[in-house]
Amino acid sequence: MNSTPTYDSAARGAPFLRELVELARFRDLLGLLVNNINKTRYRRSALGVLWTLLNPLLNMAVLTFAFSQIFKFDLPHYPVYVLTGLIAWNFFSQTTTYAMNTLIWGGSLLRRIYLPRSIFAVSSIGNGLVNLGLSLIPLVILMLLLGHPLYATWWFLPIAVLLWAMFALGVALFMSALAVFFADVVEMWGVAIQAWFFLTPVMYPKEILPERFIWYMNVNPAHNLLELFRVPLYLGHVPGPNTIAAAVAEAVVALLVGWWVFTSKSNEIAYRV
Amino acid sequence: MTDNDLVISLADVSVRYRVPHERIPTIKEYAIRWLRRRIRYQDFWALRSVSLEVHRNEVLGIIGANGAGKSTLLKVVARVLQPTSGRVRLWGRVAPLLELGAGFDPELTGRENIFLNGTILGFCRNDIAGRIDRIVEFAGLEEFIDAPLRTYSSGMYARLGFAVATDIRPEILIIDEILSVGDAAFQEKSFDRVRSFLGDGTTVLLVSHSLDQIARLCQRVAWLQHGELVTVGPPDEVIARYRA
Ligand SMILES: Nc1ncnc2c1ncn2[C@@H]1O[C@H](COP(=O)(O)OP(=O)(O)OP(=O)(O)O)[C@@H](O)[C@H]1O
Ligand SMILES: [Mg+2]
Repeated sequence: MNSTPTYDSAARGAPFLRELVELARFRDLLGLLVNNINKTRYRRSALGVLWTLLNPLLNMAVLTFAFSQIFKFDLPHYPVYVLTGLIAWNFFSQTTTYAMNTLIWGGSLLRRIYLPRSIFAVSSIGNGLVNLGLSLIPLVILMLLLGHPLYATWWFLPIAVLLWAMFALGVALFMSALAVFFADVVEMWGVAIQAWFFLTPVMYPKEILPERFIWYMNVNPAHNLLELFRVPLYLGHVPGPNTIAAAVAEAVVALLVGWWVFTSKSNEIAYRV
Repeated sequence: MTDNDLVISLADVSVRYRVPHERIPTIKEYAIRWLRRRIRYQDFWALRSVSLEVHRNEVLGIIGANGAGKSTLLKVVARVLQPTSGRVRLWGRVAPLLELGAGFDPELTGRENIFLNGTILGFCRNDIAGRIDRIVEFAGLEEFIDAPLRTYSSGMYARLGFAVATDIRPEILIIDEILSVGDAAFQEKSFDRVRSFLGDGTTVLLVSHSLDQIARLCQRVAWLQHGELVTVGPPDEVIARYRA
């Protein structure tokens, strides 16, 4: 039985790839974590899973009302514009925040037992995808109510979601690695993402920005990804090749950097949490 | 004993816990101190150059005072901690009984927790589904299995954890002072289960403060002191020296 050991602490080879193999081995736990997060979250509220549907809707109703009173945006079916933006943004802000919190929760576990450390970030993304899927229902209802066309370009949605998920996972891994080492990262991220929200045209059309700020939109990765999500659903055409190329690059770079930072620090995590 | 029977090999394993001198909880403080080159750590070596080989079918006891590094040694074998230096190699699946019921969620029912804890131990779902009745029966919790875990007593917690982790005969069993949980009847039951694995190809690492238990189960005993391996040998000899 002695040829290759089942575990070798001195094994060569990138932690980068090893983590992937381990994740695959623990895929059943991953599924369970995604599920249980949902179950525990909704178990105690009477409306249960209905909240997932109502939450973005109520959120949107409040924001739409406030914004359309203050600013007179020249956007047809403004609520549809807002809701498409909010769904994408909520996915990003919820999954990244959740990943950090579950890693800190899972920390007590990682001190006792071996698990692939990235499993908490990955399950947060899985959970976010479920919620995103659910919140498409109120979106469709809203479109029907307002008479907004259901464009054929909805087919592009899975691609946009995939790129958002890659980007969010990369950011989530990077931030969780930081959060293990510094206690204030979770709060700082809360503030940062709020600021980022207002700096990104989620609620307002990018045209209201002065000409000299246009360059900034192109360096804000959230903007390209947002366009990818919104353009096919709201405007009914496929995003331009430049936008797609930029979004792909952002998603891939974020994921690779996040994955690399996290896996190269992951052996220290059990010492820290 | 041929080298083909080697199951656990530790070569010059050291573990360093690095405790910051003062707590540096925030990035801001860290940045300020880093600029002033003022980050100081206190290093604590919980294991120092431990080398140890354990073979198939062997039960190795580990004894030593509080803080000697016994749990740290088990964690290195269970892959929880990567050794700071040295090399750990294993041949076989590990069932770590470090703390029972790691990852139990008090809001979920006993049944749901069996799946959660089982997948945390690396089993797959279908596999657990096929064994769940046996697990519940061994834990003796048939009447409570659909109640949330927060309604369980701590003994019931431990019984469920032990039942999940030991349902399948593991190749390597790591036990950290858990044979003394539960009531007398369950202690006897879990003791019997560990015994039933012996001789079947399971290798056991057992940490216990009960020298009596160690003498009853182990073929060899390792004595740790301040992170160093003092001696490894037959139970009566090592225990006699440890007591002296
Ligand atoms: N996470 C940690 N950070 C810093 N020091 C630690 C950490 N965990 C353990 N130590 C230190 O390492 C030493 C060995 O701890 P360990 O838990 O291995 O002891 P032990 O032999 O299991 O003791 P006991 O008999 O009390 O269970 C102790 O002095 C402890 O203070
Ligand atoms: Mg201990």
